[in-house]
Amino acid sequence: MNDRILEISLTVNGARVQERVEARKTLVDFLREDLALTGSHVGCEHGVCGACTVRVNGEIVRGCLMLAVQCDGAAVDTIEGLSDSGEVSDLQAAFEQRNALQCGYCTPGMITAAQDLLKRTKKVPSRDQIREHLSGNYCRCTGYHAIVDAVEAVAQARGGAKK
Amino acid sequence: MKITEDSLPVLTALDRPNSYIGRSVPRPNLQRLTQGRGQYISDIALPRMANVAFVRSPYPHARIVKISADAAKKAPGVIGVVTGAELAKVMTPWVGVLTHLKGLKSAPQSPIAVERACWQGEAVCAVVARTRAEAEDACELVEVRYEPLPAVTDPEVALDAKTPVIHASLGDNLCFERKLDVGAVDKALAEADAVVETTFRFGRHTGVTNEPRAVVADWNEGEQRMTVYHGTQAPHMMQNLFAKHLGIAEHQVRVLTKDVGGSFGIKVHTYADEMATVALSKLLKRPVKFVADRIESFVTDIHARDHRIKAKIGVSKDGTITAFEIDDLTGIGPYSVYPRTSGIEANQVVNLTGGPYKCPNYRAQARVVFQNKNVMCQYRAVGHPIAVAVTEGLVELAAAKIGMDPLELRRRNLISDDAYPTQSASGLKFEQLSHHEALAHLDSMMNYAGLRTEQKKLREKGIYRGIGFASFIEVTNPSAAFYGVGGARITSMDGATVKLDAQGAIIVHTGVTEQGQGAEAVVAQCVASSFGVPIEKVRVITGDTDNTPYGGGTWASRAAGIGGEAAWQAGKALRANVLAVAASILQTKPDDLDIRNGLVVDKERGTERLPLDELARVAYFRPDTLPPGFQAELLATRHYVPRAWPFAFTNGIQGSYLEVDTDTGFVKLLKHWCVEDCGTIINPQLVDEQIRGGVVQGIGAALFEHCLYDERGQLLNGNMADYLVPMAMEMPDIVCGHVVSPTADSELGAKGAGEAGTAGAPASVMNAINDALRPLGAQPLTDMPFTPDKILRALGKV
Repeated sequence: MNDRILEISLTVNGARVQERVEARKTLVDFLREDLALTGSHVGCEHGVCGACTVRVNGEIVRGCLMLAVQCDGAAVDTIEGLSDSGEVSDLQAAFEQRNALQCGYCTPGMITAAQDLLKRTKKVPSRDQIREHLSGNYCRCTGYHAIVDAVEAVAQARGGAKK
Repeated sequence: MKITEDSLPVLTALDRPNSYIGRSVPRPNLQRLTQGRGQYISDIALPRMANVAFVRSPYPHARIVKISADAAKKAPGVIGVVTGAELAKVMTPWVGVLTHLKGLKSAPQSPIAVERACWQGEAVCAVVARTRAEAEDACELVEVRYEPLPAVTDPEVALDAKTPVIHASLGDNLCFERKLDVGAVDKALAEADAVVETTFRFGRHTGVTNEPRAVVADWNEGEQRMTVYHGTQAPHMMQNLFAKHLGIAEHQVRVLTKDVGGSFGIKVHTYADEMATVALSKLLKRPVKFVADRIESFVTDIHARDHRIKAKIGVSKDGTITAFEIDDLTGIGPYSVYPRTSGIEANQVVNLTGGPYKCPNYRAQARVVFQNKNVMCQYRAVGHPIAVAVTEGLVELAAAKIGMDPLELRRRNLISDDAYPTQSASGLKFEQLSHHEALAHLDSMMNYAGLRTEQKKLREKGIYRGIGFASFIEVTNPSAAFYGVGGARITSMDGATVKLDAQGAIIVHTGVTEQGQGAEAVVAQCVASSFGVPIEKVRVITGDTDNTPYGGGTWASRAAGIGGEAAWQAGKALRANVLAVAASILQTKPDDLDIRNGLVVDKERGTERLPLDELARVAYFRPDTLPPGFQAELLATRHYVPRAWPFAFTNGIQGSYLEVDTDTGFVKLLKHWCVEDCGTIINPQLVDEQIRGGVVQGIGAALFEHCLYDERGQLLNGNMADYLVPMAMEMPDIVCGHVVSPTADSELGAKGAGEAGTAGAPASVMNAINDALRPLGAQPLTDMPFTPDKILRALGKV
């Protein structure tokens, strides 16, 4: 069994983590089961739905398509960390105000993906660009319109703030 | 009746000061979800909790000859390997029938298959281990010897004499049949100037909830109690079923429903693997968790909508619809699903077809047959998308045939807005609908004339755009007529308990559940308004059979109309109790006081008399200062069930504008409109978001979603890469409008809004595609989903 279990050390939401994990364990299962960070969700388990979207070394990834052992030495950010640091507080407020979530299962991944778009783009993105960037995140409840509204509102507010 | 655009409706009966009725109040408790701090059932971990995985039949129909579990039992982490026969000692089987669906029959279904598996994916053995991964590892070691049996897959031949009968005890493969013949259909068709006849097909699809089905069952041998954490829409219904089939009393079962990651009707049924998980917990005397993975979801979550409908419409030159006739055939898998049955969808199709129109001549036949595929049952808007697509498809084909504008043909046939109360040819009773008002609103909202002009211009440039419509009716606020009269213990009633806490805040326990639609917000708005406190002072508790009033939960768009009314009435009752306390403290009459914005005030002048926290302090801690014989009652419960009408029907109309790429067959949705009438609008934003989400689910059915089976009964696309769902890039913006016709059955007057979008979207998209392709002489498309290859075939390009 021992060759199947490896020790990894990484940073999760700014805190040092050292754990022994099975080599086959996905990042999202590691976050949820070993670290009890249940804000990252498991939807399809094959990289289609985006419910497990987290950030590794600044890039968004599918937590179900990456193994925990691949994150040895990495910096991982989950919705819990993004919430506590205040980095996405305006997106969260806009989602709440616009009712851009219903069951909320896709929301952590959706907000993480939206934050990725807003960090990358210098100009305020168009609705089509927002839809394109979120097109890997499945939401069964909202029909996406409200999510696009919320992200657009934050993009405009942040754009205004930059000027 | 009046039209609103997300504005505050004037509601005289509800016009209390500081009313939240009609306001887009943000839902309470959303922050925990945006922060990833919700608690879904899949997040729950309990001490000593084990995980179960199931060995599932790879065959659609097979005898289970032998199960060898020795190797699996020795695998790391394994706690138990349990077969259907072993589990049958803990839990009894069930049969999904309702007595009011006359003749409906089904066979006993077990938590785990005993002797025979009847669809690909049915569980045949359970492996319980410390972790799900270990349980799955050990499943690989379970050897099951099967003897494959002939599989019945095609509904068209299910009733043929040559076709094997799936359940010998039933005699044939017919689950349910209904026939209806109203008016003089043959005469009306013979006398019509034009008859359109076609066959509509609807692809079997499913709910694809983002969080799969999940359950944690915890039998406490010391307490002799079963606690079930369950991602369900109907906790009290499940409490009854768990108790009944474990052979214990209902009070020995507690069902807790926390956050649920999407439901849409998927999570309102009895699932064999969930029942098995509960039985395993009792057998093993420890908590057991089951979370379906995605392939398990595709092969076991109920499917819906697999219907083939031969349909006819007769129309005269002046556009009068003379008759509708339909013949529906649907295959529902090997069992009628318990306890709501799999006869309801076909029954709804018969009820709803032709429903918006005056036409008195209507004949329908529906046959529901067994087959060896996954079970089918009620999914969002049950039957509506089918009935609406058939009706509205026929209406637009008839309009094209006689050369009349499709909206004009509707204007000539929709039931007049002043004709109510009335009923449909199928016998549905309508209190007050607003088809014409809704149509007129849609016409102007979408600038129909302008779109037609644009469409014509673009056609000259070889760009093919289409405009399609769908008028619809929607069943909401069901009374006991839906299930109760058929013998199912599914209550149509709901209750709310409201209490004033010791600091003057309001705690509400409600029997309806939160699936994300905003039930908590609506209940809080109702109580805050009828009692008289700021909404921030109201806390709503749902999903706990030990602590909430008995209720039906969330289905058939009942949470706001029924749960909201119970909450409204409970708030009023508590206000009367609190005013009695205030009057005794203030030495005045309750009638001279009111509660507004969290303060007891003088009713006439509105001046402050007593803050609620002070009232609560006196009532709870210094009752000795109250007059002798006076007892403060700071908790009140009220229940509500619709009585005057079996269902509160709503209505609406949708419009779709799209472009078809005639080279690739791809459809680009440009915009979508929906005007609907759900009576009193408690929260405009939540109503609009129900509509939008529902529309997109309907678009999924029209364009993408299809559970593809081969002729042997194997599901070919059981994953989210191959089964396509609507994603953000392909979806249009959706414009919502409203007409308001409150129901007089309740004081609030609210009806449901959850099915409307899904009911009408497939029809309007279908009609728009056919409108786009009509000048090219394409055969009308009536076989959902409308994939690019079907469109190219209709154009004769492949």
